[in-house]
Amino acid sequence: MLKKRIIPCLDIKDGKTVKGINFENIIDAGDPVELAKRYVAEGADELVFLDITASVEKRKTLVNLVARIAQEINIPFTVGGGINSIDDVSAVIKAGADKVSINTSAVNRPELISEIAQQYGNQCVVVAIDTKFIDGEWIVFIHGGRTGTELRAVDWAKKAEQLGAGEILLTSMNHDGTKSGFALDITNEIASAVNIPVIASGGAGEKVHFKEVFEKTKASAALAASIFHFETIPIPELKQYLKTNNIAVR
Amino acid sequence: MIAIVKYNAGNIKSVENAVKRLGFDCVVTDDEDVLRAASKVIFPGVGEAKSAMSYLHERKLDELIKSLTQPVLGICLGLQLMCKHSEEGDTNCLGIFDAEVKKFPPLDIVPHMGWNNLTEIKGNLFNGLSENDNVYFVHSYFAALSEYTLAVCDYIVPFSAAMQKNNFYATQFHPEKSADMGERILKNFLTL
Repeated sequence: MLKKRIIPCLDIKDGKTVKGINFENIIDAGDPVELAKRYVAEGADELVFLDITASVEKRKTLVNLVARIAQEINIPFTVGGGINSIDDVSAVIKAGADKVSINTSAVNRPELISEIAQQYGNQCVVVAIDTKFIDGEWIVFIHGGRTGTELRAVDWAKKAEQLGAGEILLTSMNHDGTKSGFALDITNEIASAVNIPVIASGGAGEKVHFKEVFEKTKASAALAASIFHFETIPIPELKQYLKTNNIAVR
Repeated sequence: MIAIVKYNAGNIKSVENAVKRLGFDCVVTDDEDVLRAASKVIFPGVGEAKSAMSYLHERKLDELIKSLTQPVLGICLGLQLMCKHSEEGDTNCLGIFDAEVKKFPPLDIVPHMGWNNLTEIKGNLFNGLSENDNVYFVHSYFAALSEYTLAVCDYIVPFSAAMQKNNFYATQFHPEKSADMGERILKNFLTL
């Protein structure tokens, strides 16, 4: 049976790991390569590295860091943040990343999804969607959550799939950093509307939140950052808990 | 020396990193003499069957790979290209394994992406592994079960997770991305 994936996310700024609370008030939480190795040893199923300031400051993803990570770890990893062109994609893929995550650049120029899919395959393209619940609708936000768009999250997810996305990384801005649980409604709406894997993100604070997201939505994976960084919930303990609750994990 | 076949498919860097982590020297090459002289050859790949086969054909790598006599390990697309024919782009492949590569019917999420367990494992490639150990898959096409099947995985349908015919080995999953289990499988191959 295919296992539900637990994915620690490492937010990177200036080569260091950080974690935002509702995308602000960033505090330091460690060296990315060391943290990545720790997660692998603990049984993380995949890793995501997001250069969170890259989009805003128009910086390129740290290719050297990606190469170091690729040499050290033996599970799949995704790199995102500031990836605007097929050249940016090629740089991180050649450095050893398995997938790239695109967000603002995909909204601004949706053909980028197809270009990456054609060159590196659909499995390589993760479309990250930051969404906020406003006036009864889940709306897509870009620029690290600073800029609203006209897009409804579910419509954008379906379009991304049509264009060749291999996976959707869905973050609820309302839940991110709150530790109050994942956004079950929009996660399930999107995971039911597309036939590609959806990674639920934003809001994990307790083990039961992971159980809920896998029991109540069709999410294939769940992502979290700070609870793993600070060992609030150790990954082995989380996986044992999920196994005990009959959720298939590695 | 371990040789990794250089062609127009992604994922080669990961395989190179994994082989080096295990302490083996390796070279990424499309040079016939280097490939023939290597003690083991790895034929990796993430990509699309038709463009990969035309690239291999243009450089006569298709005939070269088929004629290798040392242990060869195909990974992911590598396994699919070692079969007879792929539905992806209606492509004639190398034909090392007399097996068809088909697309998963859309009865569940496609691609099959993530960790899944192996059953009915056999052969030296899986020394030290147990039934139901998990490895990492990412693929939308699969090779049907056949006399060459070394391990089975079940996603939508049961399919060949690993295959072997004489000196040709192949895995649909990514040993280079399958943590400790994957390293053991790679090491088993590299020390055959």
